[in-house]
Amino acid sequence: MNKTIRQLIAAVALVVPAAGAFASAEGPALEKAPINVQDTESLQRGAQIFVNNCLSCHSASAMRYNRLTEIGLTEDQIKGNLMLATDKIGEQMNVAMDKKDAKVWFGAVPPDLSVIARSRGADYLYGYLRGFYRDETRPTGWNNLVFDKVGMPHILWNWQGEQVLETVKNAEGHEEHKLKLIKAGTLTKLENGKANTAEFDKRMADLTNFMVYMAEPMQVKRQQIGYMVLLFLSLLLLPLAYFLKKEYWKDVH
Amino acid sequence: MSKGQQLLNWIDDRFPLSSMLKEHVTEYYAPKNFNFWYFFGSLAMLVLVIQIVTGIFLTMNYKPDGTLNGSGIPVAFASVEYIMRDVAGGWVIRYMHSTGASMFFVVVYLHMFRGLIYGSYKQPRELVWVFGTLIFLCLMAEAFMGYLLPWGQMSFWGAQVIVNLFASIPVIGPDLSVFIRGDFVVGDATLNRFFALHVIAVPLILLALVVAHLIALHEVGSNNPDGVEIKKQKDDKGIPLDGIPFHPYYTVKDVLGVAVFLIVFSAIVFFAPEMGGFFLEHPNFDQADPLKTPPHIAPVWYFTPFYAILRAVPSFAGTQVWGVLAMGAAVVLIAFLPWLDKSPVKSIRYRGSKFKTMLVLFIISFIGLGMLGALPSTNTRTLVAQIFSVVYFAFFLGMPFYTKNDVGTTPVPTRVTMSTPARQVRFAVLVVVTLVAATLFAKFI
Repeated sequence: MNKTIRQLIAAVALVVPAAGAFASAEGPALEKAPINVQDTESLQRGAQIFVNNCLSCHSASAMRYNRLTEIGLTEDQIKGNLMLATDKIGEQMNVAMDKKDAKVWFGAVPPDLSVIARSRGADYLYGYLRGFYRDETRPTGWNNLVFDKVGMPHILWNWQGEQVLETVKNAEGHEEHKLKLIKAGTLTKLENGKANTAEFDKRMADLTNFMVYMAEPMQVKRQQIGYMVLLFLSLLLLPLAYFLKKEYWKDVH
Repeated sequence: MSKGQQLLNWIDDRFPLSSMLKEHVTEYYAPKNFNFWYFFGSLAMLVLVIQIVTGIFLTMNYKPDGTLNGSGIPVAFASVEYIMRDVAGGWVIRYMHSTGASMFFVVVYLHMFRGLIYGSYKQPRELVWVFGTLIFLCLMAEAFMGYLLPWGQMSFWGAQVIVNLFASIPVIGPDLSVFIRGDFVVGDATLNRFFALHVIAVPLILLALVVAHLIALHEVGSNNPDGVEIKKQKDDKGIPLDGIPFHPYYTVKDVLGVAVFLIVFSAIVFFAPEMGGFFLEHPNFDQADPLKTPPHIAPVWYFTPFYAILRAVPSFAGTQVWGVLAMGAAVVLIAFLPWLDKSPVKSIRYRGSKFKTMLVLFIISFIGLGMLGALPSTNTRTLVAQIFSVVYFAFFLGMPFYTKNDVGTTPVPTRVTMSTPARQVRFAVLVVVTLVAATLFAKFI
């Protein structure tokens, strides 16, 4: 009996510091991705980065090229800038890379990215894209702060430059992993040991934005229709139903 | 005689249309004191219709095929995205169906809770309740099999875990689980049969049970928040004094309920279809991969109370079948409520403090188990889940003892009583307290 009570007290004491378990998953804290799926210019820049870099290995097989007209591109722009000459405008974003080769090269087939933003979330992608660092123990020479032992090499290293992982003690004395830029890329600067990564971060935000859009291309339209539906229901159906009920029920006491 | 009347007569001579409408709608006398809790029966019917209609349109483009397409995506998974993107209006139909699945359980849990607090299962409504629990069972099967169809990681691994439960049954278990899957692992055969069961077998049974539920209800008449039998007080025409015809009184009232429900439903469909990962789980946007076990497998929220009971029971004598039995018992026990409850009164309004105390503990346990079942287990959480599981079973198994002679100070009236502002305030306070308590629990567990 005493033991049970002790366990109960222990249970109460233990659960208090575990606050917020519902909200946070494992892994490092993620920075909020500065994205806006209604910003079509950002989406267009993101599409360009996606098609030129990601699409070499990753497919987005649920996404059709001509869907990009939704983000303000014309079919000619899509054909001229984003597609191989042999592809047709209504085709899906597939890759030519052989899956068996890919498995040998990277240890795993690069996943299809159509709905990756819905499974991982924007913040994860934004953190992942900026989270590569040098790690000589890995076959590719790269590791990632958000995705430990990742098979993918840092393909945008010439943009970002090179980062290393540093372990620092924060104000409370806890160990924290931090990335430090040691070699500037074409989109980053190192001045007096201070890193300026604003331009690279902006492009990664554009890319994240595009992937969030691509995971659910109808999301903006969905909300627009949603406002109309809610207006109809709350301004027309609800009052009508309310007064009808009131009228019928006035003689029930 | 008008043409319309002539047509009606012609039909009535051959089919009891008018008398059926009278019996079940225009001259079905329902107690006039129905409150908030009485909206959920008709809302459950509404969601059933939404699920059937959207389901029909989904089957037109969904493909129950686990093989990989040219891009390396399972055909079933890709067909869902095809519906979301390339089928006109497909996304809204799919979101209505996925939101409908969760809202079905919201509505049905509230509907069952109504029965619990007003003793609606008590004599003479035992069969109404038994049919209802069978509907609940069917609904669980329907939801479970439907969840496999998108063929995402949670679809696959959730099904794997649940079908493996059957494997823990002694002697026949392993063969039984192979029989259910049609394969040694969840695979294409499983997907195909679950599709068949989800779109035709279970819905047929479900519809038959709904009809039985309603026929039984209309035979004995509806209960009410006072638990008073309105048929005991009739006027000289044989109409219950406290009864009002279902149509038009409750049809117009239910339309009001429908309007409010549709606002909530549409808000989810159009603004939060994933409902923060509770209605559409994030890992289910990863295609099913038999070689990659997710770090945390959680069932959808409506199964979590029972899943938590399953996990709370430790293995014993070298088998884990006890957890499976406990989970099964947790569902089956609900059907026995009419015979477990020995109270002389129906409604909580006229019950004593013992039942009220047990009910509060039961609600805390049920919601608590639901939250624990969604989280990865730790020692503390397992302990808390064990305590809640004990309370859950104590509520049912102890019922014959604590409900006996447990009556409140106010005697049961002979006529129904109408809602008062004091009651409405008390109700609002209870709802707020429950929500705050649940939020605090979620923060600290």
